[in-house]
Amino acid sequence: MKYIDEFRDPVAGRRVLKQIEGLVARLKPRTAPLKIMEVCGGHTHSIFKFGLEVMLPDVIELVHGPGCPVCVLPVGRIDDAIAIAEQPNVIFTTFGDAMRVPGSAKSLLATRAGGADIRTVYSPTDALALARANPGREVVFFGLGFETTVPATALTILEADADNIDNFSVFSNHITIIPTINALLETPDLTLDGFIGPGHVTMVIGLEPYRFVAERFAKPMVISGFEPLDILQAIQMLLAQFVEGRCEVENQYRRLVRDDGNQAALRAIAEVFELRPFFEWRGLGSIDHSGLTLRERFARFDAERRFTTPKLTVADPKACQCGAVLKGALKPWECKVFGTACTPQTPIGACMVSSEGACAAYYNYGRLTTLRRAPS
Amino acid sequence: MTADKSSLFSRIESYRRRAGRVRGSVIETAHGGGGRAMRDLLDDVIVGVFVREFGSRELSDHEDQARFELTALSARGDRLAVTTDSYVVTPLEFPGGDIGSLAVNGTVNDLAVGGARPLYLTCSLVIEEGLEIAVLRRIVRSMARAAKHAGVAIVTGDTKVVARGAADRLFINTTGIGVIPRGVEVASNRVAPDDVLLVNGYLGDHGAAILVARGELQLETDIPSDCAALSPLVELLLSELDVHAMRDVTRGGLAAVLNELALASEVGIVVNAKALPVRHEVAGFCEILGLDPVHLANEGKLVVAVPKAQATRALELMRSHPLGQHAVAIATCRRDPPGLVTLDTGFGGERILDMLVGEPLPRIC
Repeated sequence: MKYIDEFRDPVAGRRVLKQIEGLVARLKPRTAPLKIMEVCGGHTHSIFKFGLEVMLPDVIELVHGPGCPVCVLPVGRIDDAIAIAEQPNVIFTTFGDAMRVPGSAKSLLATRAGGADIRTVYSPTDALALARANPGREVVFFGLGFETTVPATALTILEADADNIDNFSVFSNHITIIPTINALLETPDLTLDGFIGPGHVTMVIGLEPYRFVAERFAKPMVISGFEPLDILQAIQMLLAQFVEGRCEVENQYRRLVRDDGNQAALRAIAEVFELRPFFEWRGLGSIDHSGLTLRERFARFDAERRFTTPKLTVADPKACQCGAVLKGALKPWECKVFGTACTPQTPIGACMVSSEGACAAYYNYGRLTTLRRAPS
Repeated sequence: MTADKSSLFSRIESYRRRAGRVRGSVIETAHGGGGRAMRDLLDDVIVGVFVREFGSRELSDHEDQARFELTALSARGDRLAVTTDSYVVTPLEFPGGDIGSLAVNGTVNDLAVGGARPLYLTCSLVIEEGLEIAVLRRIVRSMARAAKHAGVAIVTGDTKVVARGAADRLFINTTGIGVIPRGVEVASNRVAPDDVLLVNGYLGDHGAAILVARGELQLETDIPSDCAALSPLVELLLSELDVHAMRDVTRGGLAAVLNELALASEVGIVVNAKALPVRHEVAGFCEILGLDPVHLANEGKLVVAVPKAQATRALELMRSHPLGQHAVAIATCRRDPPGLVTLDTGFGGERILDMLVGEPLPRIC
């Protein structure tokens, strides 16, 4: 495939690995591994899909961050989604991977099996088309994702507003990346050395919002694409910063990400959405200004105002140590329930829910690393 | 009895005995009621089609069961193979096939990969009232054609009509009977640590075809299903090779089959990602949706395990057959780690290739 195969070329990959090894040799001697967090679930997925962890020198440890929007959906919000989906006359539409996320009693998949009309869509415009085609039904779109997916939801709401569609609404669980990274960095026991930044989010918001990571918290960050060569190059750029004693926010994903982001998309987001005072995250707890809700002007498209929902905050399951895994304090397999009570088939915590979650990715693809690295 | 009356009776009699013709354009509950309407449907649209297509004697007898000569069967081999499968697919018709050809080829393939020569099929239809008779007619014809092509006879069957909402238009169950020739020993637990695994062509076509045909993706591509009967290819392979194991690659895709083989034989399987045959269209389709071709369904693909020494010949044989033109060797086996399938990513890394937990769900980002 054009524009994909080039970034999966093993010869180029070996070249970058050589550079990485060269840089590692020039690092100051250290006692602990160099911990690099990839914030975005898309990166986690690629790292495991292409087996990048086994290729890297042992001193580099990848920590799989909280950037899978499906994984961090809290139990209470899933319960609310189910409550909406179970109301008569509702067609509830969602991205596929949210179907399996467990609520306090069940998932959307189980709710559909129980008779609710829940449909997988591939974009909010699919949901709007369903609303147009079913004027007698209430069509609700489960708005999920960081700034990557928010513009599409915003534009769909603007279109529904312009065309005066009165049976379409959005259950917004959209979240923003910056407060989340900030909350992570403020964690007292944080041991991260640097970040691989999310490519698609940055395509929308630009580089500027990340400056505080380097300036206030003194952690370097490289915004990266999602192909294996992109990720290796981002790691190489981070290492170069460590070796040269720099601390900056750099852009590896120049073929897509402009330094100032996508202004048209940002305008659409600002027109439709505003920040909530706080939003609950599975595994991380409540984070200030991290969630997006519809502005008053678009209240009629807000499913939370259109339907009654329990709106309860439900605590994460006790045994679950997702918070520690998401912050990099714990490796997935060090969690007490990993692979026993918590498996991809019966996920307990955020990280096991979606294939992009650190634990699920590890369970599916990564066991080989520990097989290899386990002292025998 | 007067002459008038007798001619009236004979007219009625000949009407009663005429070959039925179905009326109306959709299936109604009466078509499953056991009366004249059902007889008309069977004569005109179902049994009649099978009989006309291959003069199936067993079916035309209107008995409650098909009957076989044991001596004729035992002349072909020393073991019977029986398999059954129910087919439910939306949409009923898709590029490259339909539920009818699927119901024949799927069951034929389940027999063939056990080393059996497929001989007979049963055909049970569960029809939702309201199904267009024209659609049913097309699908039954397609079944008949597929059966003829695969060299199997449809020998008995059943038809039920259920109320609207109790089924999704049409479900088909087929049971297949075949005979395994003396000396053929194909089994999932026979994969040896130095075996090579081959696949007969492009992966994921059927899964992609169905998802595209549902029309929800608005993707402008027309990927045809690979739906085909594999028995001729299997026969060719068995005629020359010591095939250790053979599986058709259906739901769950290649990943599921390889894991089942690895666990049954307690061998490690190493897949070469670069060798996996995937059409450009299917690869692009998977990239867009965040799916993996190794998890997509196929309906005309098989995996064969042969000793390393026979791998080159196996590949030649496969490629000489229309069903194996794009065959490749995709994996090698090793003793350790037993039961585990790993993938050499082609980028320098290696990872575990496990089965999917549930159905493949498109990813959000």
